[in-house]
Amino acid sequence: MLSRVADHLYWMSRYLERAEHTARLIGMHLNFILDQSNGAAGQRRQLLLKSLHIVPKSPVSDDYDLVEVLTFNRTNPNALVSCIAAARENARQVREQISTEMWGQVNQLFLAVNATQMSRVWADQPYEFYQMVKNGSHLFQGITDSTMSHGQGWHFIQLGRFLERVMCVAQLLDAELQALAQDRYSPSTAAGQLALIGLLRSCTAFEAYSKVYTANVQRRQVVEFLLLNPEFPHSISFAIRAMQSALDGIATATDSHKGARVFRLAGRLRAQFDYSQIDEIIAAGLPSYLTDVRERCSQIHDAVYETCIDYPIEEKLAQ
Amino acid sequence: MPDHHATSPFRDYQLINAYDEMFTSASISRPQYGRLYQRLLELTPAELQQRQHAADLMFLHQGITFTVYHANEGTERIFPYDLLPRILSGGEWATIESGLVQRITALNLFLHDIYHRGHILTDKIVPADLIYSSRHYRREMRGLALPHNVYTTVVGTDLIRQPDGTFAVLEDNLRVPSGASYMLANRQVMKTTFPKLFSDYGVRPVETYSQALLATLRSLAPQRAEPNIVLLSPGVFNSAYFEHTFLARQMGITLVEGSDLVTHDNMVYMRTTAGLERVDVIYRRIDDDFIDPLVFRPDSALGVPGLFNAYRAGNVALGNAIGTGVADDKAVYAYVPAMIRYYLQQEPILPNVETFLLEDPKQRAHVLDRLDQLVVKAVGESGGYGMLIGPHSTAAERAAFREQILAKPRNYIAQPTIMLSRAPCFIDGKVEPCHVDLRPYILYGDKITILPSGLTRVALRRGSLVVNSSQGGGSKDTWVLSE
Repeated sequence: MLSRVADHLYWMSRYLERAEHTARLIGMHLNFILDQSNGAAGQRRQLLLKSLHIVPKSPVSDDYDLVEVLTFNRTNPNALVSCIAAARENARQVREQISTEMWGQVNQLFLAVNATQMSRVWADQPYEFYQMVKNGSHLFQGITDSTMSHGQGWHFIQLGRFLERVMCVAQLLDAELQALAQDRYSPSTAAGQLALIGLLRSCTAFEAYSKVYTANVQRRQVVEFLLLNPEFPHSISFAIRAMQSALDGIATATDSHKGARVFRLAGRLRAQFDYSQIDEIIAAGLPSYLTDVRERCSQIHDAVYETCIDYPIEEKLAQ
Repeated sequence: MPDHHATSPFRDYQLINAYDEMFTSASISRPQYGRLYQRLLELTPAELQQRQHAADLMFLHQGITFTVYHANEGTERIFPYDLLPRILSGGEWATIESGLVQRITALNLFLHDIYHRGHILTDKIVPADLIYSSRHYRREMRGLALPHNVYTTVVGTDLIRQPDGTFAVLEDNLRVPSGASYMLANRQVMKTTFPKLFSDYGVRPVETYSQALLATLRSLAPQRAEPNIVLLSPGVFNSAYFEHTFLARQMGITLVEGSDLVTHDNMVYMRTTAGLERVDVIYRRIDDDFIDPLVFRPDSALGVPGLFNAYRAGNVALGNAIGTGVADDKAVYAYVPAMIRYYLQQEPILPNVETFLLEDPKQRAHVLDRLDQLVVKAVGESGGYGMLIGPHSTAAERAAFREQILAKPRNYIAQPTIMLSRAPCFIDGKVEPCHVDLRPYILYGDKITILPSGLTRVALRRGSLVVNSSQGGGSKDTWVLSE
């Protein structure tokens, strides 16, 4: 497979995952603030920006501003509309490599989002709009799984999706846990409970969590679930396994040397998660742990590029 | 036509001084159109409309589009498709085919000659300064031996039918001709819209075009058992990108862009996720100027630095070869009949259109007096750009062209306004005649292959003589009958 094609598939998938994550967080936020006092709402806005790793160019004074910046503001490269446009543009460059159905879906999602105006979303039902984006992304994943060969290209799509997910969830956890450390969100208060439930919902994890731990929402258990649960698709541990399995697929398809740096990095990260315990992680300090996870993902991204996409030609000729 | 009643789809069909592909005179159809004519009279306008609609939908759903430059929104457009086939008899095709073989053979001998000894120039059949002053003459190609001595892997020759019914060559497109994918797509759609009629007619097939093209490209491969053949495209923003993807998929070869290729030690490789893979043959859809920034235009970001040296070293083959544009320079075109006589000692089977060379003072004076009657063309342009159509021009346009001609006479030629033949087209619920041309595709590797069909381009704007897709033209399926 051409390196350029792999590059486009990977980014198409990353952008779509980012769009879905953004849609979920905004939808959650709009629901959450209904129960909040005005003072708390301001803090939640800052928290949302931090969770998405976005620094707005001008201060956001209310939810209208916030939603505009995160959803429709084209000058923000991480705005929902920018992410979907970028996913579609990447798909367009490799239209021949993906199935017609996949192209149709990503194009349709783009057209739907592009045709939507902020004022309309705000006046009508913002909830429906974000639901539409989430559904559009889920549909794309389903179509991808059932209409595209599960070969190298598909593995690059999986890699992009799960690597982006690890980054997003780690960032979210980091921001949320710092906020939850405040007195106001002490776990015994209603506010603390609501905030934890909100965090779970931001990862569509509330129902899955309840099946494991019952609806008794405890901070330690929430962190354990989102970090280490091996079965839930939005836990970091699950996403890391999926990443590694995508890299295995790529290694097989490209006949790559399995000892190459990228596979070592991914294997090590996975092993760490497989044998971690939540108490140790908390004792060692969660923020630095989460920062470390994100850094290691960046390294894996770089290593994939060095191995498969943007390598110096002299190196490959020497092999 | 008086003998068509008010509801006939032919009620507004007029014959003029152009050759009509379907009718000899009012309501008397040419033999090969007989069955189509009958069928059209049986169908109601609603049924015809419904078939046109179904055909349009097929194009839309398959994403068969082209890109229009300088348009901000919706730059991808559906290539307009006309429902009715253009039908050529077996005899008509035989003349076209032998004429094309003759012409392409002579043109390749000419290209080989001017990049080697230049006999035709020393014998003063073609003026040497005409060749050496051509923007498309590539000195870098001198003395380079090519596989089979063939320069033009794919040619799309534009033919027109004159009022007396004979075909003439309007242009030889020897650089990177496009449109073959539309020929194939038109046929695909035709088979689903008129299946019965199609099978009754005994139409010769075109479906093997991709195999023939692949075999032709393969025959260029430097000695390697399993040559790696790629199609080099300028990318998604190119007007013919749909065609590039279509042909690459049909042939099962990789579609690459310039940035996918690298050169090292005069070898060309493509970057894959599994490392570098050697490339043997490049079916390039990028003009000479842009193909290698080290040798040609240094500002080109589309090409591959070092490609030309690898080409000269014989490690990679290009189809078409570099430097073919000199022979489709519109001023050199005027000499093609002379080339045929010189190299083959034959009379041209397909004539040229009368052409005035504006460098010649006598011809120039003649043309400048008749700018309102003639068509003036820039010699190095294609796609209907840089043209003055005298009868449809304004005084200001003519004045501008006069100035440009006087400044650089070598850059222009003039031709009489040609009455392109007209073929029936289905427009707004009626059948109306529109001007058409014909572009057959000639493949040349170890042998010449011409698929019995071509792209019939249609000037769908009423009365227009310009058939280029960039100028509002469309196309229709072209049937060559086996008998």
